[in-house]
Amino acid sequence: MAAVERKILLKHADEDYYSPSIDSYLEQGGYEGLKKALAEKPEDLREAVKDSGLRGRGGAGFSCGIKWSLVDRKSGKPIYLICNCDESEPGTFKDRQLVHKDPHQLIEGMMISAFANDVALAFIYIREEMPLGAKILEKAIEEARAKNLVGENILGSGYSCDIVVHRGAGAYICGEETGLIESMEGKRPYPRIKPPFFPAVLGLYQCPTIVNNVETLCNVVHVVNMGVEEYTKIGRHGNTGTRIWCVSGMVKNPGYYEIEPMTMKEFLYDVCGGPLPGRKFKGCIPGGGSMKILGAEETYTDREGKSFSFDEIIVDYDGIAAAGSMSGSSGMMILDDSTDIVEALANITAFYAHESCGQCTPCREGSLWTKKITARMCTGGARPQDVDLLYDMAGNIGGRTVCPMGYSTTWPVQSYIEKFRDEFDSKAQANECGMKSFDERLIEK
Amino acid sequence: MNLSAETLEKIETTIPKYPEKRSAVMPLLHFVQSEQKYISNEAIEWIAEKLEIEPINVLEVVTFFPYYRQEKLGTVHVRVCRTLSCALMGAYKLGDELEKALDCKMGHTKEDGSVTLEYGECLAACGTGPVVLVDEDLYEKLNQTEAVGPMLEEIKKRAQAGAATE
Ligand SMILES: Cc1cc2nc3c(=O)[nH]c(=O)nc-3n(C[C@H](O)[C@H](O)[C@H](O)COP(=O)(O)O)c2cc1C
Ligand code: SF4
Ligand code: FES
Repeated sequence: MAAVERKILLKHADEDYYSPSIDSYLEQGGYEGLKKALAEKPEDLREAVKDSGLRGRGGAGFSCGIKWSLVDRKSGKPIYLICNCDESEPGTFKDRQLVHKDPHQLIEGMMISAFANDVALAFIYIREEMPLGAKILEKAIEEARAKNLVGENILGSGYSCDIVVHRGAGAYICGEETGLIESMEGKRPYPRIKPPFFPAVLGLYQCPTIVNNVETLCNVVHVVNMGVEEYTKIGRHGNTGTRIWCVSGMVKNPGYYEIEPMTMKEFLYDVCGGPLPGRKFKGCIPGGGSMKILGAEETYTDREGKSFSFDEIIVDYDGIAAAGSMSGSSGMMILDDSTDIVEALANITAFYAHESCGQCTPCREGSLWTKKITARMCTGGARPQDVDLLYDMAGNIGGRTVCPMGYSTTWPVQSYIEKFRDEFDSKAQANECGMKSFDERLIEK
Repeated sequence: MNLSAETLEKIETTIPKYPEKRSAVMPLLHFVQSEQKYISNEAIEWIAEKLEIEPINVLEVVTFFPYYRQEKLGTVHVRVCRTLSCALMGAYKLGDELEKALDCKMGHTKEDGSVTLEYGECLAACGTGPVVLVDEDLYEKLNQTEAVGPMLEEIKKRAQAGAATE
């Protein structure tokens, strides 16, 4: 039987009967979860989210319930909730769908999460490049406020909480939670060092702060509506719930697909239609541009020593981790045999060089030099030893920086070279100038 | 500083939304830039005074973020995504085409101030690449010729409308 989608968060989003209006949402039983939650004790809600196994959908996949349990509730300071809608990891476009097509689901998820964590003020940090999304959210918040679902004394419960939409201004690093917090404070978004600046203790205005991704917060609605027992039946142990995967690049049917865990073969063929006519998959970047590439011809070995193929990789947190990469932001970029791997790396390194905040020398200089070296491999002027140089340099960035973005400049370089070394060598040795996948002027030198 | 009543009102209602005034620096910059097309030194000082911070605190934000400009943006702001998924789908070729069709160099604003054409990084619409953001509107699947035409028409229309109101 062909594998198919399982739509929970996106159940109504693309249906003809549905619109982003509050009436549409209410018609489908919207805000029942919030009503239910307001009748419960906040600590019970926190416990339920923990028991649901819900993991963060923003990148690291950390347990949402445990994150909430780390919040400092004794400090007496206000607790803030920030929804991370910076969505700028290359290959990721799921939060865009959730915000544009079903904003009230997010608002309900935020209000439940805010109530569960005694939050009095919540924010949505939305990237500048989604101006329409910001407008839709503003309007939805107004609609919800008019129905007393946001604001003072929500539904007569005595609980009050407002939501403020805050727009970014085009910097990827604002997606990193502490960079985001600095930006919310009106400063340059330089990520903060952890410890001591764990947001749960010292976040926005040095107060305890929860930062969660859009998709994570939308899931909270369904945890409450379904109850822990039903929710944990979706997915598999340690990977509960559905995930929305964003598929782009060299594949027949690119798009966003909400699925339960399935194999890579089922996903790429049954759901995404397979490769383009006459082509073969070369590999996939599974969780946004930062993540290590998974080669289509590779043999993988899990921790128990069992080997498996690309087709057998399970598309979820643990399945992709077992193959040595990460599911990250679930942005899946597909490369095929027409794609020049060195050019692909040159494109990706240009992104990270552009987006490094510049605070740490290894990331600032390293990302710039990886960009320069990969560019010269593509456009002329490379030397045969450049491949080793690039590889060594990458090994000196990750883990030596303030924020995990150091790894974003490291992992692509290391994994592409490890898995496609021949192509790098032949390109560096031949010192070719012709571009195969892209146009030469477009790889910035 | 000369700001429309509408912008001033937005500014006044936005500041109190934040627990600390300084947090309003980004929204204020957005409001001012959308009216004046850039952030002048005067605006930096005006915002600093409004938020009771030093001008350098505003300047550090303006100079960090790619979206804020210290030189005037064109009437129409065209951003072509050049990141991997769009690049694979032909973003670079599209960039060339737009340069020609708009008679504007990539990364520049036309001398008459009508258009700014730039490459930008991933716009979170990779499944329908290559994509272009024209002011606030997203155009998708632009490797299909029939998709580029209507976008170009819209850009030209806005550029002309801008020239008429100058
Ligand atoms: C460089 C960098 C960029 C990030 N960008 C995003 C982003 O755009 N959206 C997002 O939700 N999380 C992003 N994250 C992850 C956040 O720091 C944070 O872990 C996440 O928002 C937490 O939400 P979650 O627990 O619900 O996943 C990024 C992390 C790093 C290191
Ligand atoms: S690792 Fe890079 S992005 Fe992160 S703080 Fe350091 S310089 Fe900035
Ligand atoms: S790569 Fe162009 S929108 Fe993501």
